[in-house]
Amino acid sequence: MSGSIFTSSIGKKMFMSISGCVLVLFLTFHMCMNLALVISNDAYNAICGFLGANWYAVAATVLLALVVVLHFALAIVLTIQNRKARGTIRYAVTKRENGVEWSSKNMLVLGFVVIIGLALHLAHFWYKMMWAELQGAHEVVVGAAMVAPTDGAAIVRYYFAQWPYLLLYLIWFGGIWLHLTHGVWSMMHSLGLNSKVWFKRMKCISWIVATVIIGGFALCAIAIFLQENFGILNF
Amino acid sequence: MNLTLKIWRQANAKAKGQFETYVVKDVSTESSFLEMLDILNNQLIHEGKEPVAFDHDCREGICGACSLRINGHAHGPESEVTTCQLHMRNFKDGDTIVIEPWRSRAFPVIKDLVVDRTAYESILQAGGFISVGTGGVPDANAIPIAKDDAEESMDAAACIGCGACAATCKNGSAMLFVAARVSSLAKLPQGQVEAARRAKAMVAKMDELGFGNCTNTGACQAECPKGITINHIARLNREYLKAKFRS
Repeated sequence: MSGSIFTSSIGKKMFMSISGCVLVLFLTFHMCMNLALVISNDAYNAICGFLGANWYAVAATVLLALVVVLHFALAIVLTIQNRKARGTIRYAVTKRENGVEWSSKNMLVLGFVVIIGLALHLAHFWYKMMWAELQGAHEVVVGAAMVAPTDGAAIVRYYFAQWPYLLLYLIWFGGIWLHLTHGVWSMMHSLGLNSKVWFKRMKCISWIVATVIIGGFALCAIAIFLQENFGILNF
Repeated sequence: MNLTLKIWRQANAKAKGQFETYVVKDVSTESSFLEMLDILNNQLIHEGKEPVAFDHDCREGICGACSLRINGHAHGPESEVTTCQLHMRNFKDGDTIVIEPWRSRAFPVIKDLVVDRTAYESILQAGGFISVGTGGVPDANAIPIAKDDAEESMDAAACIGCGACAATCKNGSAMLFVAARVSSLAKLPQGQVEAARRAKAMVAKMDELGFGNCTNTGACQAECPKGITINHIARLNREYLKAKFRS
């Protein structure tokens, strides 16, 4: 009579929320790790060493990749179903409804921005760090230099020292910020963890979480750019 | 006031529709939107043309029959009113008004501006009720209900099932409607007995009928003529997941 939770609309949103929650937790960890680089190269490389080609780090990476795939695949499935549900004839006149955030209506578009940025990010860093270590490489090409894959600090500093990369990453961070401002409270809402009293609070928490996480990433990228080019903000 | 109307005309469910333009003159600002359409229809009948078909019944914002998309808004530009409660003073002389039927796969157009909303009836039949023994009228306040619960239940019960939520939602989702019905009963002791079965059955029926998935944009609450909020959707999610995990 009531079907499976895996195929129901609310069930799919539940899996979307749980996978989103895992990704938010990962972003929080990643942001904290990045902030270590602003203070100390050694501290950052120590964390990279901990997360190198160790079995638990590889297992966590595979799990994380599966979560990303699940989150993205569900987004595609839900969007296809939603477009079908809208019917074939669209309204001749459309107006923006009061209080509706742009990001809430463009989560898939923002998701694509996140995925494109992620591909670039993996090519820049993960491929030259964890992947190179797994391949047994002792050196990787970073610009004109050869760098050890365990020297994550040098690799990150090479990219963030260049303004085009900095700009590209800041645009990417903006896309993730917009995705999170809607995603975090929507995640709680879809799990039923919201109410009349908590509705505005949840939106506020969502904005704070998105801003702290993305602010941390942006701060790290900008600080490295300033450290490398102007010798300021050195700790 | 003189108005230009662009109205969706469609002979029947299978015919291909298109917009047609009409001019209505000397419309009083005091008349309602539906009265303005009545004036247009009189004009069309006198001209020997087919009048525009549109749904209406109580004309006092209770029945939920009137269901027009007016200038890009469900029930028109004024918030928290139905089409029948919308008055022409909200428009200006010389305005062009675009009138469309609800657009949603689950609400096929029957004729002109009339859509088939049987899908909502089917969802209600699946579980939007309580089972009680018939008999004498129970004493008032025989079952004590907390004021906050009673108020939240009444807020949700204000839903008139007009379809504006699903018709506005970019996903064609009926979640606000289902949430209002589940919430209004879940907040009362009388609705507790069948709460789990209700949430599961109504969501299953909603999915089966081809409504979309809620993405929490809040467009439905912005256009709801009864001001029903998406807080009720959070309760529906909670009721459904609770019921599923317990069964």
